[in-house]
Amino acid sequence: MIGSFPKLLSATVITLKLLSLSLFFGLFIGLLFAILRMNKNPIINKFAYGYSYVFRGTPLLVQIFIIYFGLGQIEYLRSTFLWVILKEPYWCAIIAFALNTGAYTSEILRSAFQTIKPGLIEAGKSLGIPNKVIFYKIQIPIAIKQSLPAYGNEIILMLKGTSLASTVTLMDITGVAKYIISTTFKPIEIFIVAGGIYLFMTFCVHNLIKFLEKKYGFQT
Amino acid sequence: MELLAFGKNGWGDELFYATLMTLAVSITAMLIGFFFALIFTPLKLSKHKSLNLIGNFYTTVIRGVPELLVIYLFFFGGSGAIMFVASMFGYYEYIEINAFITGSFAIGIISGAYSTEVFRGAIQSIDKGQFEASKVLGIKKHIQFYKIILPQMLRLAIPNLSNVWQITLKDTSLISVTGLVEIMRQSYIAAGSTRDPLFFYSFAAVLYLLLTYLSMKLINKLEIKYSRGF
Repeated sequence: MIGSFPKLLSATVITLKLLSLSLFFGLFIGLLFAILRMNKNPIINKFAYGYSYVFRGTPLLVQIFIIYFGLGQIEYLRSTFLWVILKEPYWCAIIAFALNTGAYTSEILRSAFQTIKPGLIEAGKSLGIPNKVIFYKIQIPIAIKQSLPAYGNEIILMLKGTSLASTVTLMDITGVAKYIISTTFKPIEIFIVAGGIYLFMTFCVHNLIKFLEKKYGFQT
Repeated sequence: MELLAFGKNGWGDELFYATLMTLAVSITAMLIGFFFALIFTPLKLSKHKSLNLIGNFYTTVIRGVPELLVIYLFFFGGSGAIMFVASMFGYYEYIEINAFITGSFAIGIISGAYSTEVFRGAIQSIDKGQFEASKVLGIKKHIQFYKIILPQMLRLAIPNLSNVWQITLKDTSLISVTGLVEIMRQSYIAAGSTRDPLFFYSFAAVLYLLLTYLSMKLINKLEIKYSRGF
């Protein structure tokens, strides 16, 4: 049990890398699709809705498998520079995670944008503030504040989601845990150690979000 | 399209049965989850500190640990635990548990943690006056629960339970690592033997979308039924 701890701890680095990179890209994807969702053009609107519906309605495992096993099948892709990225399970996992978390994030941000009172935007307009400044200085800070609790949940879901990277040969915490279990056959001990590491990370994320909520808890 | 034909040449019938298997596992897991929620919701609402701690421990640990890890625990640890119990009764042969049972149990425990939170939230958001009024009227405790609290609670819980159902349905794809032939496993087998992973995994995605879409339609009907009169 104690012997497995350093191995699992070094695997934590991969889990954290996967998490931070996919959250980083996912945030941009989410913001983009949230803006597209609020577009008045029905085609753009429907496209953004379809994106979030498909990615939220299918398991993350299917998404990873389509990207890792499926895309390599297309001959054309193999000849382009994209193949450099797509042949690596590491980047495939990140692409799948980012697209998945992007879909959830877009929903969170959209509902946050929609709860902003129109009066605030109108007030900004009547003060002669340019639209761009209204968006960046009024809408975005309020939307961030509104979406923090839900986004905290999404970070924790994504942290758990990174465990699926072990299905495409990556040795993250779950991958290493499975390897140790199948060689030593001590499932309960390893579960306690690996689960403990995950719990500690969720605990940190939970408290960080709480702290941010307090910091940005201005009244609107 | 001939890949999806029914019969010997196509994978249509195999995928059809796999879809039924996914549904069966999801429903079993959801029911096991309700069973766990039935035990742990009162614990979470209890006034005793120690009982409260047990309830919180369950929901925090299960919701904070990846589903895959829980499945591995059950997959590798399940038969070991049963053999340990059997050995106390003097039975030393190897016991293998059915992948369906371990799978739905693992997913059931996860789904139970989410259901517990939903039920706790629903009960807590019922007006305190309802409890007090029924107490004043001298209504017995179990009748109070079945006739006054439960109907109001269900109305609040159903929208959130539909989320739990979606999570459970999607989590069943993870059982494929234990070898149970559900949608994901069957697509894996089909993709391996036809060397057409893109098609089969995309088709699996379509099947999951279909399942979530149809079940949402059904749940929406339930929601309307239970929110009548409000």
